[in-house]
Amino acid sequence: MSEHSIELTVNGRRFQERVEARVTLGDFLREQLGYTGTHLACEHGVCGACTIRLDGIAVRSCLMFAVQADGAEITTVEGAAAADGTLNPVQQAMRECHALQCGFCTPGVVMTLTSLTDGDQKPDEETLLKAMSGHLCRCTGYQGIRKVIKRLTADGVVEPAGEPA
Amino acid sequence: MKPAPFDYVVPRTIEEALAELDRGAGDATILAGGQTLMPLLALRMATPGIIIDINRIPELQGIAVDGGAVRLAPVTRQNVALGDAGLAKALPMVTTALSHVGHFQTRNRGTVGGSVSLGEPAAELPATVLALGAEIEARSINGTRRIPADEFYLGPYSTVLEMDELVTAIHFPDWGAGAITVFHEVARRPGDFALVGLVGAMTLDQGRIARAGLAWFGMGATPIKAVQAEAAIVGQTLPDIDWREIADIAVSETDPFDDHSADADYRRTVGRSIFARTLADAANQKVPA
Repeated sequence: MSEHSIELTVNGRRFQERVEARVTLGDFLREQLGYTGTHLACEHGVCGACTIRLDGIAVRSCLMFAVQADGAEITTVEGAAAADGTLNPVQQAMRECHALQCGFCTPGVVMTLTSLTDGDQKPDEETLLKAMSGHLCRCTGYQGIRKVIKRLTADGVVEPAGEPA
Repeated sequence: MKPAPFDYVVPRTIEEALAELDRGAGDATILAGGQTLMPLLALRMATPGIIIDINRIPELQGIAVDGGAVRLAPVTRQNVALGDAGLAKALPMVTTALSHVGHFQTRNRGTVGGSVSLGEPAAELPATVLALGAEIEARSINGTRRIPADEFYLGPYSTVLEMDELVTAIHFPDWGAGAITVFHEVARRPGDFALVGLVGAMTLDQGRIARAGLAWFGMGATPIKAVQAEAAIVGQTLPDIDWREIADIAVSETDPFDDHSADADYRRTVGRSIFARTLADAANQKVPA
């Protein structure tokens, strides 16, 4: 068993922590740092609920160890909206399209879709639909999410989200 | 769903990683992308004493295209390889196979070398290296060797790699600019392992098949190269080939299994069907009008 010192940034805030090697990034974010917006469901890479952004890209936080995130910039769903609470375009679209029911899978869905649509990215509908294969919604509320994807990929509707605060 | 305790080491060079592997003496496991290892650890199907994280070794990442030949460094992320224009131009069949590996989120972290060296029999990349005749470069403190893909896989999650060896590169041969992509996969859902899959390449010379490399995945304990089917078509002109007949030969080379998703007969039936259709479609696109 080994314990390690790590330094990382989560939602713009710097942390220096000690962490046991076997602690997954998802458990670390929730239990050590208190970012409970990241949801852990299957804990073995199947469901996608725990998806976060690691240096900008969407990854499953149950499939890496916290110690591996040393030096990384992490964004969780808590960092998706602006500092004043303004929802990002994905969150806004999800709200307007009723794209969540119980909400358990939602943080992961938001992080995947935000990672593929923010900045100058102009993904097509198929790209986003395919990326959604990595998320399970036990409420089977996929039609709302499909509407979100339609909206995000419609010409002129997608607004640059900028970097989360 | 929590991994058992282990010691974590994070070497910065290949030499350091090899020394750690040697020191680990069979109790060490290499952590690349972790998209298969992490679930195995969480389920405690794997309980190594030492985990060697090779994600911070720069020389283990990257893609080098030399003419039509390609060297893939093992810790190259699957999505990085999928988006690489040089790889797509040289070996489009590899790009096609990569697009079927896991999900977008797991490809962001999962590595090409991890998938190749793990040897899941229903995975895309082991069959791809086998079909295309790639070589797997492995190093230990005692030296380097290059293992032809058709000598690499022994069984499910079992390869000829020794406990002290690290995969340091995957070398794909040149298939020529006009090589035809062969790919088809049947899975229950996108991102699932295949029930039945077929991958490979063919080249034509004046209407005749000059070279063929075809491999099955999900059709046995390892990926399986359809060597008899390849031999039966090389040298033939396309209109003379009865693809259903060749499909029978190719399926006879497999040894599929029953599991909760499909039984062996189903896999053979689907395999026969996708082989005949995929090869005929691939060949027809290249027949001169």
